[in-house]
Amino acid sequence: MAKVKYEIPVLTGHVVTPKIQEDATVLVRSNPAKEKDMTALGFPAQLVPDWQEKAVERLKDLMEKYKSLRVYLDICVKCGSCTDKCQFFLGTKDPRNMPVARQELLRKVYRRYLTFGGKVLGKLIDAEDITKETLDEWYTYFHQCSECRRCSVYCPYGIDTAEITMAGREILDSIGYGQKYVTEIINKVYTVGNNLGMPGPAIQNTLEFLKTDIQETSGAEVEFPMDVKGADIMFVTPSADFFASPHVESLIGYAKVFKQAGISWTLSSHASEAGNFGMFIGNYYVMRKVANRIKEGIQELKPKRLIHGECGHAWRIAYSFWNTLIGPFDSLDPKYPAPQHICEFTHDLIKRGALKLDKTANDEFVVTLHDSCNVARGARMGTSPGGQFEIPREVIKATCNKYVDMAPNTIRENTFCCGGGGGLLTDELMDIRIKGAMPRMQAYKAVKDSNGANFIALICAICKAQMSKILPYYGYPMEEVGGIHQLVGRAIVDRGKEGV
Amino acid sequence: MEISLLTIIFMAMAYGAGAIFIIGFLRKLIIYAKTPSPLKIPTTPAPINPAGSFFRVLGDVVLFRNLFKGNKWTWIGGIIFHYSFLIVVLRHLRYFMYPVAGWDMALQDAGIYAGIVLPIAVLYLLMRRTTVDRTMFVSSLADYFVLALIGGIAVTGLLMKFYVRPFMVDVKGFIYGLVTVNPSTIPLDPVFMLHITLVFMLLAYFPFSKLVHAGGVLFSPSRFMCDNPREKRHINPWATDLSA
Repeated sequence: MAKVKYEIPVLTGHVVTPKIQEDATVLVRSNPAKEKDMTALGFPAQLVPDWQEKAVERLKDLMEKYKSLRVYLDICVKCGSCTDKCQFFLGTKDPRNMPVARQELLRKVYRRYLTFGGKVLGKLIDAEDITKETLDEWYTYFHQCSECRRCSVYCPYGIDTAEITMAGREILDSIGYGQKYVTEIINKVYTVGNNLGMPGPAIQNTLEFLKTDIQETSGAEVEFPMDVKGADIMFVTPSADFFASPHVESLIGYAKVFKQAGISWTLSSHASEAGNFGMFIGNYYVMRKVANRIKEGIQELKPKRLIHGECGHAWRIAYSFWNTLIGPFDSLDPKYPAPQHICEFTHDLIKRGALKLDKTANDEFVVTLHDSCNVARGARMGTSPGGQFEIPREVIKATCNKYVDMAPNTIRENTFCCGGGGGLLTDELMDIRIKGAMPRMQAYKAVKDSNGANFIALICAICKAQMSKILPYYGYPMEEVGGIHQLVGRAIVDRGKEGV
Repeated sequence: MEISLLTIIFMAMAYGAGAIFIIGFLRKLIIYAKTPSPLKIPTTPAPINPAGSFFRVLGDVVLFRNLFKGNKWTWIGGIIFHYSFLIVVLRHLRYFMYPVAGWDMALQDAGIYAGIVLPIAVLYLLMRRTTVDRTMFVSSLADYFVLALIGGIAVTGLLMKFYVRPFMVDVKGFIYGLVTVNPSTIPLDPVFMLHITLVFMLLAYFPFSKLVHAGGVLFSPSRFMCDNPREKRHINPWATDLSA
């Protein structure tokens, strides 16, 4: 593969709001969808001839279905609070990556066709005809947003650009102008069952191999049960955990936790994917169809509990949407939250003293936590608000001696996206991904300099894939990122047959 | 008493603008209220029950908390602008009631100070909008128009207070006449006429503009929804048919 030269932002340890550079990344565009994937998802295979009317019709339809869109298209006052908050603006300097400007791409069409003023006054009040250029702009900039919701934290009305981006992508899909990366992956879920496109037997083989490998290298006996009917826990995790690095290290961690807890668990070859890219394209029915595999998995394996692995957008969908999409979970034991996050589960065990952890196993690390955007701002853990910040930190601190937080304006609800979320985790968007990661890298650099941080703990499959790829561009080894349960797994004292 | 044509015209404008404002704004709010929310999308961390969400939104409305997090300079300007505007409007209620309520009498002095602060706040917001390249980029004619309109209303108001004072008995008579539908001749005062014409424009423009944020802020799902999706199943009203 030819090495493309990217312009890598210089790390200073802090973010400076840049002067705007119009059209800086207007040419960085993700690849268009393949016809077969569009068809499989129920979208037109290519741009429909009457796309102008169809796009406006779809916009109108969505506005009738989504209060968020309906309200957000009206009430922005352009106060500017969001303009220096998006990692993609801070990194690319392209003003259309400012949340308000991204929203305006949709708003100007809304005004032109669906408001009285726009119909009469047109350009005077920023109402514009929908043209091929409009579509291209939508396509470009709605795929330079990771739907991370950071802007909504600073908007006086909580306007959530993710809702706008989802609507924009949904309209584009509905007229046959989809994005390859996301549609291809959803089609893999439809046909094979998971994002990686690994059939059940392939996963089984990988797990067998993993089991043998762990036994040979550490002597620990770790099981990865698959399709065990009647196991207490059905465990759903992103398919990347079965295969990718550093994801698989967390898989080992989960297995060790379940083993020490002495609880029966199983993976499902049918529900072998926690991820749900249906959210990225904003299509409710696609999202529900993908989520439905979980429901079917439960029906097949009849577990008492449903536990979810480390993944950001997936946890948002599982925590916030599953109950609506595929609930209620009547067959599960009502004593436990459904679904429950693996960090909640592990945290609970730690609090009860049920896990034997050796912190020194992670002494080589000075750990910091990158709060995943979707976990931080789209979901929760535990019983009180902000549990999604406290629980992962408490789990990490129970597994290592050295922990340091990054700057307050870059963590918790203020966290940045890793730069690869929301359907941007594709090679042709590498330029955006590198620049979008800049604010996080600056914060990391700061704690590296001050505290010697050398490990970013993650709870998201996309963060893991993105960061392990991006770190080297910034001059850091990819091994400096890994899952929280990678740390947990290392710290769990398990000397195999000699006894737990 | 003979009613002048001018009085009739201004009365028509007043009722027209008032009707557009009330019907237009209510229509928007009803649409907002009726549009479904398919999914739970509070921006977390969020309150875990409706009572908590009520106070969250109240905080948004009263304190502009998110703006405070986002930009202190805009927050200061925004707070001063909105509260001075509010006090000025409340002060003006004395023209709409007879006798004037005690609380409104008590507000009269504060109203004058607020009236002086208001155009300064408008100028400040305008300066900020035009000096920061990012807000400059997203600002359009509509944004400047609103600032100019409110600035114009404030300035004509202050002119009347300090320089060209109209005969206040006639002013009150005309406005109270509007309230009681008992026409009273409009004072032939150009500044007053300009002042109320600008107010009518603002009222009529309101429902079709970003000014609907005034009520829209109550309907923002990321803010008013509470965080309890696991405990309480949220139903999507347009997707109850699972076979669709």
